Amino acid sequence: MSLLLDIDHVGKTFLQGGLLSRRHIEAVKDISLQIEAERPEILSVVGESGSGKSTLAAMVLGQQLPTRGRVLFDGIDIADIRSRADRRAFMAKVQPVLQNPFEAFNPLKRVDRYLFATATNFMTSKGRPTRQEIEARVGRALVEVGLTLAEVRGRFPHELSGGQLQRTAIARALIPDPRLLVADEPVSMVDASLRMSIVNLFGSLRDRLGLSIIYITHDLATAYYISDRIIIMKKGEVVERGNARAVLDNPQHPYSIALKNAVLTPDFA
Amino acid sequence: MQSEALFHTPDTATEPTLVVDRLKAYYTTKAFGIDRDIRAVDDISLSIAKGEIYGVAGESSSGKTTLIKTIVGAIRPPLHVVGGSVRFNFSGQAYDIYDLRPDELQAIRWRHLSYIMQGSMNVLNPVRRIKHSFYDFAYPHMGLDRAAFWDKVRGHLRKLDLDPDVLHSYPHQLSGGMRQRATIALATVCTPEFIVADEPTTALDVIVQRDVLNMLRDIQRDLGSSFLFVTHDMSVHATVSDRVGIVYAGRLVEEADTPTLFRGARHPYTQHLVASLPKIGDTTRRASLAGRPPSLADPPSGCRFHPRCPLAMDICSRQVPVMTSLTPRHRVACFAVTGATS
Repeated sequence: MSLLLDIDHVGKTFLQGGLLSRRHIEAVKDISLQIEAERPEILSVVGESGSGKSTLAAMVLGQQLPTRGRVLFDGIDIADIRSRADRRAFMAKVQPVLQNPFEAFNPLKRVDRYLFATATNFMTSKGRPTRQEIEARVGRALVEVGLTLAEVRGRFPHELSGGQLQRTAIARALIPDPRLLVADEPVSMVDASLRMSIVNLFGSLRDRLGLSIIYITHDLATAYYISDRIIIMKKGEVVERGNARAVLDNPQHPYSIALKNAVLTPDFA
Repeated sequence: MQSEALFHTPDTATEPTLVVDRLKAYYTTKAFGIDRDIRAVDDISLSIAKGEIYGVAGESSSGKTTLIKTIVGAIRPPLHVVGGSVRFNFSGQAYDIYDLRPDELQAIRWRHLSYIMQGSMNVLNPVRRIKHSFYDFAYPHMGLDRAAFWDKVRGHLRKLDLDPDVLHSYPHQLSGGMRQRATIALATVCTPEFIVADEPTTALDVIVQRDVLNMLRDIQRDLGSSFLFVTHDMSVHATVSDRVGIVYAGRLVEEADTPTLFRGARHPYTQHLVASLPKIGDTTRRASLAGRPPSLADPPSGCRFHPRCPLAMDICSRQVPVMTSLTPRHRVACFAVTGATS
C-alpha cells in the first residue's frame, strides 16, 4: 500500500503581535491523515471558521510549512523540496481550486491567459511546447469540466457566469495532470443550482480521472452527498473522522452533533 | 405537517406594507453611440403584508439586488426606473417612493425602512468604533437626546443578547457572526416597520448562521415588522420566510407560501431549485440544470427560462407568460402550468 498523501502529526503555530506582546496561535494541532494512492477519494474537511481548515490546506499545497510533523506527498517530505525543478514537479501533482472564482481571476485579464500560462509552465518536460500542443492540452482540460476552448478563448471574467468561471478554474488546475486537488470552499460563493453542478463535477473527476480531492467546506449537505471520508475539525483538532455517511448519519462528538443540528433542512413533508 | 404551525398568519386585514406594481428598472449604458439596456428588474409586481417575511430567491445576477435597490429608492445612474411604482404604507400613511423629495425619503429611511446589508465588514467603518456607526446612522433619526439614545441602544443590544461593550470595539475585533449581529442591531434599533435583508448570512458558517436567523425571527416577532429577505439559499428560506418569490432573469416566475412552494412548486425552475437541494440522509443523485443563466442585456424571447426548460413548448419562445393565480396565495408564470395556448 503506497500513500499519495501522508500527513504525519502535523502542527502549525503562528506568532502574533510585537516583541513584547507576542502570542502563539496554534492553528493546527497534531493532525494525521492519509490518502492512499490506489484509491482515489473525495475527503471532506468541515468545521467552523477559524478551525484550521485553510491552514491545513495551505500545508498540503506547500504554501505553509508545518512547525511540527511532516507532510509527505508520494513519499517525499514537502519541506525537503529545494530545487526549482522538484518544486515544479510537486506543484504539477497538487493543484488548488480557490473559493471565489471572481477573485481568483484578474478582472482586467483574459481568462484563457491563465490556462495558457499554466500549460506553458508545466509542459516543459519535452522542451518548449508548441502553440498547438498548448492549445490541445488546454482544450482537453476544458472538455473534462464540460466547457470548450471556443467558449473561453479571449473572454474576460465578467463575460462568464460564476459557474463557468469556477469550471474554468478547475480546468486550469487539471492542466498539469495533478493527482490531488485541494478545493477550499469551492461552492460557498456559487448559488444553489450551480453548486450541484460543481459538486457533481468533482464526483466525475474522481471516477473518470482517478483524482483525489480534498474538499474543504462548511456545507455538510454537499459533503454528505459527494464525499467518501470526512474529518470534522474544531480549533485545530480533528474531533471526528470516518466514512462520510456513517459520521453524518450518526455523529458522536458533541461538536459534530451541534454542527449537524445547525444544518437547515428544507423539509416540509 | 406541524411545520405550518410555525408560520404565523400575517395580518392581511390591514393595508399591505409594501405594494410593488409592474416595476421595471434598467441599467442603461451608452458606449460609442450604442445604447444598451440591462433589464435587471422587468415587470415585477408583489405585495408584502404587515408582519410578513417575504423571501426572494434566485441565482446570482438574476436581479435580486437591483430589485432591492429600486424598492428602497437607492437609484443611481446607470440604473433607471423605467416604469411602475413602489408604495409603502407606514402607520396608516401612504408613501410613493418615486414621488418623494430626497429629504422626505431621507426622513423615512432608517426610521421606517431599513436595510441589512450583505457584508458586515463593508457597513461598519473599519477605523472607527462600532458606537460611532450607531451614532452616525441612527442618532439623527431617533429624535432623542444623547443619554436617552445610548440607553435605548444599550437596551436594544441587551435584548439581542449582545454585550453593550461591543460598542467600544472596532469591527476587526469582532468575529464574523458578532459583526453581522451588530449590523442587524444597527438596522433594527429604530424599530423600523420594513426591513430589507440582503444575503445576511451568506458568509457565515452553519452554527453562526442558525443563531443569526433565530435572531432575525425574534426581532420580527418582537417589532411586528415586515421583512424582505433576499438570499439564494433555499434552505434559509425554508427556515425563515413566510412566503417566497422566485426570480429568474429579472422576472418573478413563481410565488407561494413557503410550505406550498417546497411541497408543490409548479414552475419548472422552482421545481429544479427545490429538487437540487442536497440533504443529509439522502444520497440520490441531484441533477444540475443544463445551460447557463441568460444575459440580462440580451434575454431570450418569450419566457426567459425556455432555453433551459424541460417543458418548453412552441408558445414559450414567442410570448411572455403572465403571473396567474392558481390559488389566492400561489401565483406562477408558466404556459405549461396554466395550460394557456396561443
